[in-house]
Amino acid sequence: MANKPRVKVPKKAKSGDIIQIKTLMSHKMETGNRKDKKTGKLIPRKIINKFVCSFKGKEVMSAVLHPAVAANPYLAFYAKATESGTFDFEWTEDGGKTITASGDITVS
Amino acid sequence: MKYTKYITSAAGLLGLGAILVACTPAPTMKTGYDYAIPETQAMQDDDFSNPAFVWVDIGEEQWSTVDGEAGKSCESCHGDASSMKGISTSYPKYSAEDGKMRTLQHQINYERTERMKAKAWKWEGDEMLGMASFIKNQSKGMPLNVSIEGEAAPFYEAGKAFYMQRRGGLDMSCKNCHMDYPGVKIRANVLTNGLPNGFPTYRLKWQKIGSLHRRFRGCNSNIRATPYKQGSDEYTNLELFLTHRANGVAVETPAVRN
Ligand code: HEC
Ligand code: HEC
Repeated sequence: MANKPRVKVPKKAKSGDIIQIKTLMSHKMETGNRKDKKTGKLIPRKIINKFVCSFKGKEVMSAVLHPAVAANPYLAFYAKATESGTFDFEWTEDGGKTITASGDITVS
Repeated sequence: MKYTKYITSAAGLLGLGAILVACTPAPTMKTGYDYAIPETQAMQDDDFSNPAFVWVDIGEEQWSTVDGEAGKSCESCHGDASSMKGISTSYPKYSAEDGKMRTLQHQINYERTERMKAKAWKWEGDEMLGMASFIKNQSKGMPLNVSIEGEAAPFYEAGKAFYMQRRGGLDMSCKNCHMDYPGVKIRANVLTNGLPNGFPTYRLKWQKIGSLHRRFRGCNSNIRATPYKQGSDEYTNLELFLTHRANGVAVETPAVRN
């Protein structure tokens, strides 16, 4: 299945507000410990191993993920709204492929 | 529990059972949601943390995607998806053309092959589960309302017989678990009424969304009975019985279960 990210950033906030950001990446998170039922061979590991959220180029939150994380990883976290701009999100898969998304906020 | 049972059986003895039933409005049945742990309920409550919405999004995308020789999308004929509000609550529905019942998933493939001249979707594929959950989600909160009158009657009877029939290595019927013991622990699970109102459902065990018929296959295999095919007449009639049993219960699609 295509790896489609979902992100939710509040559209508006007042300066100094603590806002919640939610992300969900559709991903199998293949652990590397499962065997192919037909061939008996191990299915190679393929997980999202890193997540980074940044605002205007500056890192806000990052996470390193491991094989024990369930499929379709959901991450919610908080940030302080200081100015209007765009949050950029990046997920890195084993093998180096990256998937990105973004969300805008207007701060008054 | 015991007390109620005692009253009902005493009333039955006196031949008052029918009158009691007629006077007390049936309370809506508890669903799998009511038995779920708070963490699972919270996942379902928030459309964002509910991972099933990944598939609802796929359905929404497909709704307006042109496919097949007719050069049409669902939207070309039906307009906004809000036109589907309430539709799914009456499925499975009798089809004169087929001479049998159609589940919503059968109907979706009928739309694709007959009206769009496009390829049928796989029963358990992302597009099919996406479209089915997207359409059912339009009716979220509305009561299930299938008819078992007229042409549907024999199919309902067949579904009911399937539900009551003991089968498999453990010689158990659906009824033995879901009617006789809701609320009772079975291994790490709490048995529920086994209702269909949240399907397609995201199961944490599956780590993805799955159809009601996939769940039937699981429940058949668990008692070491041979499962039927998804979309088979057997499972379609069973779905009719189960949905009628749940008439009045609100649609939860897409639900989250363990
Ligand atoms: C060429 C036009 C056309 C296309 C394309 C089309 N439909 Fe339909 N659809 C109809 C007509 C006509 C009916 C029957 C009349 C009605 O119930 O609206 C119908 C009926 C239905 C029904 C049953 C309604 C009921 O009351 O039971 C569903 C569900 C449905 N369509 C879904 C879809 C979906 C999903 C797609 C895309 C995969 C689609 N349709 C594509 C024309 C179309
Ligand atoms: C040995 C006991 C057992 C039998 C027999 C059994 N099931 Fe289940 N079933 C379970 C358990 C355990 C679950 C998960 C907890 C729950 O929802 O009850 C479940 C879940 C379900 C669900 C999902 C409910 C939800 O809220 O998502 C449905 C639907 C279902 N069963 C239908 C059936 C049908 C139809 C049959 C007969 C073909 C059947 N079951 C036979 C044990 C059983």
